Order: sequence, then structure tokens, then C-alpha cells
Amino acid sequence: MRISTDMLRIAVPVASLLLLLAGVFYLQPRAMSYNGLNLLFNLAVPIALATIAQMLIMAVNDLDLSMGTFVSFVACVAATYLHDTPILGVLVLLGAIATYAALGVIIYLRDLPSIVVTLGMSFVWGGLAVLILPAPGGTAPEWARAVMISKPPLVPMAIIASVLLAVFAHLLIMRSSLGVLIRGVGGNQRSVQRAGWSVIAARASAYALAACFAVAAGICLVGLTTSADANIALRYTLLSIAGVILGGGEFTGGRISPVGAVIGALTLTLAGSFLSFLRISPDWQIGAQGGILIIVLAVRLLLNRLESKGGAR
Amino acid sequence: MLLPPAVFEVSDAAVRFGEVRALDGVSLAILPGECIGLVGHNGAGKSTIVSVINGGLTPQQGEIFSDGTRLAPYGIGVARNRGVRCVFQELSLCPNLSIIENTRIMHRTLGGFGWRARARAIIAASLDAVFPGHGIDVGDQVGVLSIAQRQMVEIAMAFSDAGQPPRLVILDEPTSSLDAGLATQLLAHVRRFVAAGGAVILISHMLNEILETASRIVVMKDGKIVAERAAGGFDHAGLVKAMGSVATHQATARRSTGASQSVLDLPMAKGQPFRACKGEVVGLAGLGGHGQTRMLLALFDHHAPQWWPRRDPAVTFVAGDRRENGIFDRWSILKNMTIATLSDLSRRGLLQDGAETARGATWKTRIEIRTANMENPILSLSGGNQQKVLFARALSTRAPVVLMDDPMRGVDVGTKQEVYGIIRTEAEAGRTFVWYSTEMEEMQLCDRVYVFREGVIVAELTGDAISEHNILAASFEGTAA
Repeated sequence: MRISTDMLRIAVPVASLLLLLAGVFYLQPRAMSYNGLNLLFNLAVPIALATIAQMLIMAVNDLDLSMGTFVSFVACVAATYLHDTPILGVLVLLGAIATYAALGVIIYLRDLPSIVVTLGMSFVWGGLAVLILPAPGGTAPEWARAVMISKPPLVPMAIIASVLLAVFAHLLIMRSSLGVLIRGVGGNQRSVQRAGWSVIAARASAYALAACFAVAAGICLVGLTTSADANIALRYTLLSIAGVILGGGEFTGGRISPVGAVIGALTLTLAGSFLSFLRISPDWQIGAQGGILIIVLAVRLLLNRLESKGGAR
Repeated sequence: MLLPPAVFEVSDAAVRFGEVRALDGVSLAILPGECIGLVGHNGAGKSTIVSVINGGLTPQQGEIFSDGTRLAPYGIGVARNRGVRCVFQELSLCPNLSIIENTRIMHRTLGGFGWRARARAIIAASLDAVFPGHGIDVGDQVGVLSIAQRQMVEIAMAFSDAGQPPRLVILDEPTSSLDAGLATQLLAHVRRFVAAGGAVILISHMLNEILETASRIVVMKDGKIVAERAAGGFDHAGLVKAMGSVATHQATARRSTGASQSVLDLPMAKGQPFRACKGEVVGLAGLGGHGQTRMLLALFDHHAPQWWPRRDPAVTFVAGDRRENGIFDRWSILKNMTIATLSDLSRRGLLQDGAETARGATWKTRIEIRTANMENPILSLSGGNQQKVLFARALSTRAPVVLMDDPMRGVDVGTKQEVYGIIRTEAEAGRTFVWYSTEMEEMQLCDRVYVFREGVIVAELTGDAISEHNILAASFEGTAA
């Protein structure tokens, strides 16, 4: 039986996650419990949501450098407006999603580099977040808090949420017509255009969907931390990009994998815990995390090479 | 009127790109049950008229009719609703999607629950109809298919029917990536489609295909239709004459000069080893996709260090698949041409503008690149002229060996003759050419030909032994080796 390209694409992230998990369990057997797992993966849920959001932008060959500030902005809105005046809060978030859709349209129509536009927007989102919440504070909406700290039987919330997210994103992006269209725009925009589709609509929906996932990430994050501050999620920009790549996605060509992206996000979170358990000083952790990333990508490159050798006709 | 109304009619269309008149008052009507053969030089306006018909390009002047009614406004969506389908010269599928998903993209009406099963049935049926025994799994990603298979999928896509049957199918160089057997299957299907009342516009540089398949032949030149006759009214020579191109003179094989100083060697895992001498034109023949391209890439990797470029390059490469491996989309013609020789054109690490412009001007006249200004973007050129730029890029290097991967794909007869001439002169001056081509005529220009079958060199032909018969005999298993 021939192993499909998609299978191989997902094999590396799965293997690296399992390997890291095994390492963590070996170093700290007590992590192998309901509470342990919940603690390990708790913070992975918002990162996974942000990673899916980034993946949607990357599916249309763009890159979002404002992901971190946008999630921070959403967190601030969630901890203030959404808690105090829910209707106003929802309106603000809907407006933010509409802004994202508009960004997608502008980037396409004016043929602008997405990196520049989103980098500029990152200052806008960051500024708005500071205006809303000048000092750390605010209160998470009760329902968000309730969902995030709920303790379902047998399997911890973090795992259930990750699995649900992976399945939902897979159905939406890999199986639905809209998902095919979005990936088609990334693969060959002209052929999509020639088939009579509106590329503007496809890009706008990719950006809007991404914003929806990013909003969910912000709300989840506030649900976990109970309060927000304007810089709460700055590192999500790079984490989300790394998560997509780690999960088998590519920067161009619409080659993405939602399941891989969720696993990539989990792996990145776990890498942090793994290094703490190894008692590596926090000063070195970022470098060590980079090292893990390089190793995983090198393995993937190696596999790709083997595959193209084996699959050449 | 006795004739049925035209499936499609363009009347007095004109398109200008800046200074260039791409279309100059063209009127064309296509009746049901008709296969129009459209021929002409590169840059004659064939691709432009195709873009006008499929709605991708709005002419500055002219009207478009279908079934007797005027269509205005006209665009891609309207064209598709009228049953216009198009197979473009460059491959236009999404490589990251499966064939099924590409079918979904092509047919907008296919949506709703269970579309995957419907798309699978539609594309599989069409593939079976056009290319019986194709052996393609429609669940595969397009990216893993060979070029020929992609082209087959694209053609099948155009003939597929998802509730909106195709009425006019435009095939722009459909056989350029297909071998003879597949091309025959395709042309047979075109005849069936036309007999059932469909309409086809066939664009091809293979004049035999046009003469055998088309019911009416339209010749274009400089944005105008210069001749239009029923197929019986033309023969091969007449058609070439009508296009106004250089008459094809019989290609003659150069004799081996006897020089046996080997400049290029590659031991093969199986079969005969590969060897090329100074001043030799070595052909790689055989059916498409039997290892010729892979061998060229291996030669290149073997002789071009990837870590540190050599001062004097040993080999240079002319890609056939120019969109993917050849051109820099956003660069000017000049930059595209000089990229391979920047170190020759610079002093102390700085590029000499004057030298670069002069180099560009020399090659512009030498191979007649049709443009007003070398600073124009490369995409403003027609396909054949883009390929000429790639030739200029390779030939202007000092590399003694030129590797060519089916470089004449979609290049017109006149340009080919010019390039053949250049290759011959360069070879006499001591350059070595390794030339993969699917066209027999080009193999006859070589001193020596290696015939490939299933990734292995199965025969070596020299001098008079290079003939269509011998190459075909070696290409097919069991006959001769």
C-alpha cells in the first residue's frame, strides 16, 4: 500500500508529540494523571486556536504578524466589555472580525504584502488593547471561566477541547467546499478565478474565519487566566507560525493540515514543560525550544526527501 | 438562414497591450459540430482570442454573441454558464488539492452534502471516456502526478459534465506534454465530441494534428485572421506558408566530428552509461516521462556544486516547464536574461549597468525577442518569446555544456528554426548540448541519440541510424533493443 502524502505530513508532528510526552512522563511520572495532563495542556488550547487562525491566513499564501496583538486585544475586550456589557462586547468582536475580512480584501485588491499590512495592524490592535485596559485587570466572563475550568469525567478539558478543535477544523478546512476553495486560492489562485469564483470572497472568508478562531483564542485565554492585560499574548504570533509549520504546513502553496496544526501547538507547549522538568534555566529555554523546532523540521525535510525519492516516476 | 446559430461568435474584437496590437479586428464564429483548428506564430494572437472567448479578457472593442443573442456584460462566469471550457497551455490545477477537490473548484454548482462522491463520479467518468485505461487514482493530490497525467486530468476536467454540459471546449496546445498514444486518444475523443454536436477550438503546433482533426482551419498572424478554409483546403506546406513562417527545410543530422574528448560522463545504475563529447549534440529520446528529465537533473547536480558557485560554470540548464522552473514572474525581460551571467557583467561585486544593457541588446537582436523594450516585464511576452529569453540566458553563459529539458514546448516553427540554427553554430564552436525532446524532428538534428525506456538507456543511435523508425522501435518494449 502506498502511504499518502497527507499521512506522511501528519506522521512527524504525531511522533514528536508522543516522544516529548514520553520524555515528560519519564521525568515526572506524576504528570501521568488527570490533573497533570490538564496542567500540561491547559495553556495549549488558546495557542491551538491561534494556530488554526494563523493556518487559515497561511492557506491563502499570506502571513499574519498581528496574531499575538490581536489575541491580546480580544482578551482585553473579553475581560472588560464582554463581561460588563455583553452586547457591546459582542459588537466590538464582530467589528474586529469584519476588519479582518476587510484586511483580506485590501491585501488582495491592492496587491500588498500581507506581512507589512499585518505588522502595521499589530500596532493598531496593541494600541487599542492598551486603551481598553491600561493596567492589567478586568474580569473574565463567568461562562468562559466555567467552560475552561470545568472538569469532565475521565478526560481532562484541555484534551477534549484540543480533540474537538482538531476535528472541527479538519471538517471545516479539509472537507467542506469553502475549505477547498480557500486552499485552492493558496494553490493556484488563477485557476480558481478562471473557474468563475470570486477570489475576493474566498480571501475575505479566510481572513474572517481566521479572526473567528483568534477571537475564540482570546476568550479561552481570559477564561484560563481570569484577567487580562494588553501584552498577554504577544508571543502567540511566532508560536502560531511555528505551530503551523511544525504541524506539516507550508508557507506557500495552500499546503496545510489542521490536525497537524493543533498537534504542533500542543508540541510547542509541551516542549516548554519538558525543558522545565529537565531543569534547564529559563534563560536557555527559548533557545532550547528553537533547537527542538529545528530537529523536528530537519526530520520532516529528511522524510520529504525520502518520499520524493521513493515516489519519483 | 440554413446554418444553425453559432455556439459562440466574436465580432470585430480588438485588444491592445500598450503599443502591441494583440488582436486587430478579429471576427470568429463557431458552429455546433465543428472543430476549428487555430494556427499561427507565437504572438499571432491565438492566446489572446482564447482569453476573450473564455471571458478572462475584455476586448477594448467588439461584441460577443452566443446562440444569436448578444452577451453584455461578458465575463468568466457568463462564459462558463454558456458551456465554454478551456484547457490552457500552462497547467492550471491546484497542485495542493486532490483531483476530486479540483473538480469541485472547476464546477461551482457541485456543492452541497456529498459533493465528494459526485465529484469523484464525474471526473472518473470523464477520464475513462477521454483516456481509457489511464490508471490515475482520482483521490491523488495533483502535485504528485507527472506532467502528462496533470495534463490528462486537466483535459478530462474540461470535458466533464456536472449538470452544465460543455458546449465549446478550447484546447490550447493540449498534446504538448502527452506522448503519441495519449495524443491519439485525445484527438479521437475530440472527434467523438464534435460528432455529438459539441464545438472545439484546437490550437496546436503539431500541424498534422490540426490537419487530421479540424473541420475548419483558421490561420492568424499579427493579431488578424489571414486565412480561413475548410480542412481539405490546406496541406502541410500550404498551412506553413499561410502562417508566413520560415519554410521548414528538412532537418539534417550533423555528422560526428570524430572528436572524442569526453566532457560529460554519468554512470547509470542500469543499462548503458551516458557520455557526451566536446562539440556534440546528444539527444535523449523515448516516450515522455521515461527518465530523461531525471537524468538531465542528475547531470546538472553532478556538475554544478550547490554550496559554492564555480567561477567558470560547467553546465547550464534550459527548462521546458518555464512557469515552474524558468522565469522570474515579476522581473523584467533583461533581468530574466542576465541572471545567469551576473558575475561576468559585474566588476568588484557591482553590476555594470552599461554592460548588462549591451548584453541584452545583443541577444534581443540575435534571437529576435519581440518587445519594444527589454525593461518590460517578462510576462508581457508570449510563451514562445519567454522561452527564447531562457535560451538567451543559457547561451550567454560561458558554460561549455547546455542541458535542455524539452525546451521547444509551445514554440512556433519559425522560432524553432532560428534556435536550431543557433544550436548548430554553437556546437560547431565547441559547445556540447544534451537535448531531451519528444519531437522526432529535433532528434534528427543530433549527432548521437540515447533512447530511454523505463528510466534506462536502452539504445544508442549515431548518424544515419537516427531515424523515427529506430527510435520508436527502441522506445517500445519487446520490439528491438
